[in-house]
Amino acid sequence: MDTKTIRNSLKLFTVFFRIGVFTFGGGYAMIPYIQREIVDKNKWIESEEIIDIFAIVQSVPGVIAVNSSTFVGYRVAGLAGAVAATLGVVLPSYIIIAVIAIFLYNFKDYPFVNEAFRGIQAGVAALMCHAVYRLGKSSVKNAYGLVLALAAFLALTVFGASAILVLLTAGVLGLVAMAVRSIKTRDKKGR
Amino acid sequence: MQVLMELFLTFAKIGLFTIGGGYAMIPLITQEITRRNWLTLEGVIDIIAISEMTPGPFAINSATFIGVQQMGLVGGAAATLGVIAPSFIIVVLVARYFARVKDHPVVQSILSGLRPAVIGLIASSAFMIVQNALFPDATGNWLQGINWRSIAVFAIALLAIMKLKIHPALMIIISAALGVLFFLWL
Repeated sequence: MDTKTIRNSLKLFTVFFRIGVFTFGGGYAMIPYIQREIVDKNKWIESEEIIDIFAIVQSVPGVIAVNSSTFVGYRVAGLAGAVAATLGVVLPSYIIIAVIAIFLYNFKDYPFVNEAFRGIQAGVAALMCHAVYRLGKSSVKNAYGLVLALAAFLALTVFGASAILVLLTAGVLGLVAMAVRSIKTRDKKGR
Repeated sequence: MQVLMELFLTFAKIGLFTIGGGYAMIPLITQEITRRNWLTLEGVIDIIAISEMTPGPFAINSATFIGVQQMGLVGGAAATLGVIAPSFIIVVLVARYFARVKDHPVVQSILSGLRPAVIGLIASSAFMIVQNALFPDATGNWLQGINWRSIAVFAIALLAIMKLKIHPALMIIISAALGVLFFLWL
């Protein structure tokens, strides 16, 4: 292992440890942090590839937050990076849950925990809205993309479709769009 | 040692069959851990509540919780590593392969369909989080279910992120503080 790999892995561990501390509200809620730390600050990965990663990790077993950490870690610093990012993102919840399991089983009955959590939920809601806006700008580039995004949103929100089914359909639609395009260009050349 | 093995293997199995994330796997986890008498159904519901109030996903949290209760910190580590081991191996393989194929035209065309769809999925998750945070008691009549304190926190947070570009982590700490303050003052 060269020093650059070790340095990047250590950095990945601390970055994903922080992400692990503040990721309330499921896998997607970590997107604002990844955007800030991985894309903007360290410029390890481009914004568009983050979307690709989230598309891929949902199609394999595991938890989205952990899978995307593993993937990002691997892309940045290989196997060592994957281990560093995965342990980093899991360690905070391990510590928190271990403390709760040993000392304060009924911590949800403590005063203020509920109110603080209400506040956190509202803060996460704001973060998510901002992330959708920013990512949408970089990944939805034409009317076709907008229709696809809207359709996926409605399929999940209104009809309760499974995310994997939505992704499969979108992948097939992408293939069909390419086939249609290549037939069109062939027709033009043929004339 | 035998219990450690069992913790690791049971949660590795849960990890392997968790597809789609979130609450999709609650039935699987419940089945596996109640069958072994590691936890009652009420215990599982407690872990769901704890997972909602702490960072970290339910699958990981239940592994840690049960592992620690069965065999202390070492048991917690065995169960937690177990639940992430299968997906870790799979994701590393996919990530390695993906680097080689990602510029292929077929892969690019599939991704061109996936990208907008993922935005839709993220938007859907954002919608549910917003709904749950701002209209927690909404049943039919949305106006009655509005939580004005949460709306205030939401507005302050959104403004802070867009105008001041403050760090998301700082935002969470401020939101928690605002939640407590508004409860005391309003």
